[in-house]
Amino acid sequence: MTTVLWLALTWAQIALGLAACLAAYRIAVGPRAQDRVLGLDALYIATMLLFIVTGMRLGTPFLFEAALVIAIGGFVGTVSLAKFLLRGEVIE
Amino acid sequence: MTALDSLPPWLMALVAFFLVLGSTLTLLGAFGLIHLKSFYDRIHAPTLGTSWGTAAILLASLLTWSWVQDRVFVHELVIGICVMVTTPVTLMFLGRAALHRDRAEGGGAVPPAAAARSSADESMSSDSDPKAATLPTTLGSEKVRP
Repeated sequence: MTTVLWLALTWAQIALGLAACLAAYRIAVGPRAQDRVLGLDALYIATMLLFIVTGMRLGTPFLFEAALVIAIGGFVGTVSLAKFLLRGEVIE
Repeated sequence: MTALDSLPPWLMALVAFFLVLGSTLTLLGAFGLIHLKSFYDRIHAPTLGTSWGTAAILLASLLTWSWVQDRVFVHELVIGICVMVTTPVTLMFLGRAALHRDRAEGGGAVPPAAAARSSADESMSSDSDPKAATLPTTLGSEKVRP
C-alpha cells in the first residue's frame, strides 16, 4: 500500500510542476497584460499546492507557513496588478 | 516516507485518491489556460485548481497530518479559506480590468457599456426613419465606442 501513496505523491508533484510550467508559458507569451496576470495567479496556486505536497512527502510541517505566505502574497499581488490595469495606479 | 508508513491502508488509499484528484484537476486547469483562445474563456480555467484542486490536496494533507500527529490538525483550513475567499474577488477584479481595457481600446470585440448603449439607441432612433427605430438595435450598436 505504500507503493500506492508513493505513486500518488510522485504523480501529484509531476502534475503540479507541469501546471506551473504551463502557467509560466502563459506569462511568457500572453498577448496582453491581463493574460500575464492570470498566468501569475495560476502559477502561485500551483506552486502553493506543490509546497504542500512536498511537505507531505518530506514529513516536515515547515512548508505550511511557506504555502500560507504564498497564498496571501499571491492574493495581494494579483489584486494590486488588476487595480493597476484598471486605474493606472495602485494607491489613489 | 518515514512518517507516512504508519498510515492504515484505507487512509492511504483515501489520501492517494485525493492527491491524484487535486493535482490532475490543477493540471487540467493549467492546460485550459494555454489552450483556450479568448481571455474571457481563459479566466475560467484556473478556477479548477483553486476550487477542487486546492480542496482535495488540502484534505489529503489534513488527513495525513491528523493521523501522524494523532490530533485534529486544522492548519490547512486557513489556507483553504484564504484561497476560496480571495479567488472570486481576484478574478472579478481582473475580468473587470480586462473589460475596461478592451472597451477603452475599442474595435467591437466586447459589447459597450449599458450607458453608452442606451445613448447610442436614442441617437439612432432620432435621426433615422421610424421603421428602423422599431428594429432591435443591438447589431447596430456593436461598433459604438464607449
